Amino acid sequence: MIVWSQSALQLATNYDFQEELVIRPLHSGDIYASFQFRTLWETDFMRENKVSHYRLFPKSLGQVISKFSVRELHISFTQGYWRTMQWGQPFLPSPPGAELWVWFQDSVTDVDAAWKELTNVLSGIFCASLNFIDSTNTVQPSASFKPLGIVNETDHRFLRYATLPREIVCTENLTPWKKLLPCGSKAGLAVLLKSEKLFHSSFFSQTVHIRPVCQDRECKTTSWELRQTLNVVFDLHTSGQGKREWSLFKMFSRTLTEACPLASSSKIYIDVTDNPQEEYFELSPATPLLSQAVVLGDRRTFSVYDLTQQVTFGTVRSLNLLIRWKSTEGSMLRPLLHAERYVAGYGLQTGEIHTVMYNNHPFRSFPVLLLDSVPWYLRLYIHTLTVTSKGKDNTPSYIHYQPSKDRMRPHLLEMLVQLPPHSVTEVTVQFERALLKWTEYTPDPNHGFYVGSSVISALVPSSVAMDTNITQEQPLFSSFFPCKEESSYFVRVYTEPLLVNLPTPDFSMPYNVICLTCTVVAVGYGSLYNLLTRSFQIEEPNPRLAKKIANFIRRIRGVPLLS
Amino acid sequence: MGLLSDPNRRRALISLLTRLNAPICVLCYFAAVCWFMGLSFEPFTLRTYMSENAMGSTMVEERFPAGERALATAKEFGAHKKKVGGMPVDWLVKTMQARGLEVFTQRFSRTLPFPDENNERYIVEGTNVYGILRAPRAPRTEALVLSAPCSPGDDNNQAVGLLLGLAHYFRNQVFWAKDIIFLVNEHDLIGMQAWLEGYHHTNTTGMDWSPLQGRGGSIQAALSLELSSDVVTSLDIVLEGLNGQLPNLDLANLFYAFCQKIGVLCTIQGRIQRNDWDSVSGYSHAVQTMMLMVMKQASGRSWGDHGLFLRYHIEAATIKGINSFRQYKTDATTVGRLLEGMYRKLNNLLERLHQSYFFYLMPSLSHFVSIGYYMPAFGLLAVILLLRALDLWVQLATPPSRNEDGVADIEQSSTGVLSVLTPLVISHLTGAALYMLPVRFQEMAVEHFQVSETEAVVLTAIAVYTGGLALPHNTHRLISGEGTEQGWRVLKLVAVLYLAVLLGCTALINFSLGFILALTLVPVASFVTPHVPKLLSAVVLVILSPAFTLLFSVFIFQELQEMPVSFQDGWMLYLSVISQGILDHYLYGSLVYPLIALMVYPCWLLFWNILFWK
Repeated sequence: MIVWSQSALQLATNYDFQEELVIRPLHSGDIYASFQFRTLWETDFMRENKVSHYRLFPKSLGQVISKFSVRELHISFTQGYWRTMQWGQPFLPSPPGAELWVWFQDSVTDVDAAWKELTNVLSGIFCASLNFIDSTNTVQPSASFKPLGIVNETDHRFLRYATLPREIVCTENLTPWKKLLPCGSKAGLAVLLKSEKLFHSSFFSQTVHIRPVCQDRECKTTSWELRQTLNVVFDLHTSGQGKREWSLFKMFSRTLTEACPLASSSKIYIDVTDNPQEEYFELSPATPLLSQAVVLGDRRTFSVYDLTQQVTFGTVRSLNLLIRWKSTEGSMLRPLLHAERYVAGYGLQTGEIHTVMYNNHPFRSFPVLLLDSVPWYLRLYIHTLTVTSKGKDNTPSYIHYQPSKDRMRPHLLEMLVQLPPHSVTEVTVQFERALLKWTEYTPDPNHGFYVGSSVISALVPSSVAMDTNITQEQPLFSSFFPCKEESSYFVRVYTEPLLVNLPTPDFSMPYNVICLTCTVVAVGYGSLYNLLTRSFQIEEPNPRLAKKIANFIRRIRGVPLLS
Repeated sequence: MGLLSDPNRRRALISLLTRLNAPICVLCYFAAVCWFMGLSFEPFTLRTYMSENAMGSTMVEERFPAGERALATAKEFGAHKKKVGGMPVDWLVKTMQARGLEVFTQRFSRTLPFPDENNERYIVEGTNVYGILRAPRAPRTEALVLSAPCSPGDDNNQAVGLLLGLAHYFRNQVFWAKDIIFLVNEHDLIGMQAWLEGYHHTNTTGMDWSPLQGRGGSIQAALSLELSSDVVTSLDIVLEGLNGQLPNLDLANLFYAFCQKIGVLCTIQGRIQRNDWDSVSGYSHAVQTMMLMVMKQASGRSWGDHGLFLRYHIEAATIKGINSFRQYKTDATTVGRLLEGMYRKLNNLLERLHQSYFFYLMPSLSHFVSIGYYMPAFGLLAVILLLRALDLWVQLATPPSRNEDGVADIEQSSTGVLSVLTPLVISHLTGAALYMLPVRFQEMAVEHFQVSETEAVVLTAIAVYTGGLALPHNTHRLISGEGTEQGWRVLKLVAVLYLAVLLGCTALINFSLGFILALTLVPVASFVTPHVPKLLSAVVLVILSPAFTLLFSVFIFQELQEMPVSFQDGWMLYLSVISQGILDHYLYGSLVYPLIALMVYPCWLLFWNILFWK
């Protein structure tokens, strides 16, 4: 009995759950809300005796980790495209559709089989079409996706990366995601997650990241981190009725009354960096708590509301934050790095993929890693690959290219390109559109075929010194990508996916073809065969009737017949 | 097959075809004309219907309320346009930004190969302004376009006003699944060409443009709006695009369906639909409407800003507001509601418009003639060429002198090849000259003669064309010896088959052009021999040549539009049509001019050559 309670106590101390919500009022008048939920658990899934007692950590994911020997798992479901020009950089980027990348333990022998089974299991857990991930859309990037947790092996044989740009994300994906939270959607910040509001927005993204992390600076003990994030941007015109005034109730149609009782920390951060004297917007209720954090290369100031303190909720026992803008100015931003991609050309035979990357830093150049995964039915002419910046050729210092195999695997192109300061770099490659077999077309072939986003990973020069100590106490949103240098920070930018039309037959055609071939075979082949096999003879003209009678008589008489 | 494998019956069939060749040909010709005229008779045509399920069964509501405000914006736009003396770029950018769009501009410039006297422009510089309404939670893969031209003077101010009004209203709606691009293009077609080339990063015509900064993925459909009055009596839809391409019929159906729903008078070719198809006047009304479409399609030019979209496989149409003296007027709010309804339905599209016809003719908005119905008319004309070719083949296969030895035959055939090849090469060189010289030698012509550049180009073209008529004399000097009876038959056989292939291919791409050319060239091809009366035949041949076909078409077109012209004006119009045709080729890549110059005219020259065979 005593032993049991001791071990229970020990287990309880091994767990930690934090939740936070960051709200950033955007210059365009829109508002960006980012939820982060982190569960830490000091355990070893790879032990011989299986882990069976789960408390805060979701059992379904824990079993997946131990069964498939997963070292790191990153999955995101996104509906919409992040508008870097208007909204700046997100805390955690994700491409439209679904994205999944997994590092397996080096003990796994058949990675492909594990990957196949894993995608099917995850498909069930998240009610998503992840089962459509197969060898034709899976790649093994050599440099773009490094492990984010503790690293001891970075052989990319154990990495699998796939995107499904066509995946539609909706309530059915949100519900299983919410069920992974310790408090569900019953208490804490998660009560705000009502799908009717979340899907009435400009951008919606939900992610799950699992990785092993260090507990302390010396990294004596490691623990598993499950980080669930949800990012949503509400539109000024459609959700805000054009008024520059936002409140928790307007955004989520709920207010907060308590923190999740299981959480060790539960906070709301409001980005007030641009608004130190309340000249742009006013915030109510006001809070004395301010916090500073270095995030995305910039020192930001946040007003903090601690939900574990009863004071926060005031006398009405409910917190409804209100942000009221004073000015109505909105302008485009110039983020240091952004990118776009499009298909050039016309007609259904060939085309050209253009990827345009902008470095808006006035005087520093920096390298970026570009990852392109193109389905096999666009046959890339890799000899037409050009990289130009400022009108001059820009030779990539590293190129990793894996050609596609028809119906087997996609093209994979990874390049390390140096972006000169204040420049536009354009990467172009021509392609030919393949003619598919008629069963390979989707049910809506005239809609077009999707090509996933290209991924640009970069170390962007930072204006302030970055925090390289990842273990110290800091807000969750600023601590996801580990930082190794003080002078630059890591950014990942996704371009828009492409919709490409392939030559599509008229699908009423098979009927016509059957009719035509039957006719050709019956008439053409039949008569030709007849002509070829018949032997021709010169035919005697028919004897006259009188001659016939005469011959008949002659036959009876036994005399020779008339010729 | 049995018929052909039996030598006796084959012989009988061939002798029947050769004996009755002329009557059959005449019969076919008249059958073709009658078939074509019958196409617009209502009982023979099909009713239009919506094929696309995504647009047919879904319900949308139209609630656009702000017509008056759009007209106020139009006035403001007009004032700014007058102040700047062109496109008020800054004002447009600011106004679009205030409506919550992502706004971008594109600069372009183009020097025309020679001055365009119709639009009075030579060096064109301008700016396109476009704003993108980003659909919520959409990954920028699909887009729709609404465009309005910024025309000189007070034209189309209302179109821009309505476009901005719609942008404002659309921005506050949640149901968009595709980005919507609101484009105001300067210098009408040239601006549109620059924008489309920039969007698709192609350069087919050598225009200078600055690259676009913002895109919305693959464009699914586009509408171009032309509106020059506060109220309209009817809305007209223009379908004919570059090289005779047409948008999917469902786009026209969509327009018609909403006109019916909202109660707006709608027209095609500016002609109101009539219900009395069984009366003579009703029938002739339908024929005239269809003939207008045939004429416009055959011209191969873009009859609105929409025409350039079609090359990129984007279904597009131009909607024109017409204000005539009718009593019943439609206000801007109603036009806005109509456009809102159309865009909401296009927004519902799951695939590109592909269900309905791409090849059709329309005798009215509610009826259409599909490719299966109109092709026989052309087929009957093409049969004539094949029959004539068969006749010539039979004549060549049974030469009168059968007993000659093989050596003589070989000699004869070798001279035959030479006598065929020389006119072929020379007439094509003349065609190449007709294609190259007018634009190349305009400077020289301007130096030596008292003409403007445009006149120089047109007159050079006519001069080269006329010069080609002297060809037979020059050809014969190159051939050693006399042209034989055998020789012209071979040449004619080649020419007839060449014409058949040429017209067949043209009719597949642009039926109207192929049919009009066939109507005039097939009689030429069938009757010409060296033995017909020279002078009379020469006159007939010239009258049936492509240049005269164009001249007649100009007069007939004016007649159909109920704007008859005198011969003098008609001639001036003819000259300007030639210059416009050449410009269309250089500016937008229209293929009619090279087709006529490089293929049809040389082919006609071959027949001219046969007539003067010695």
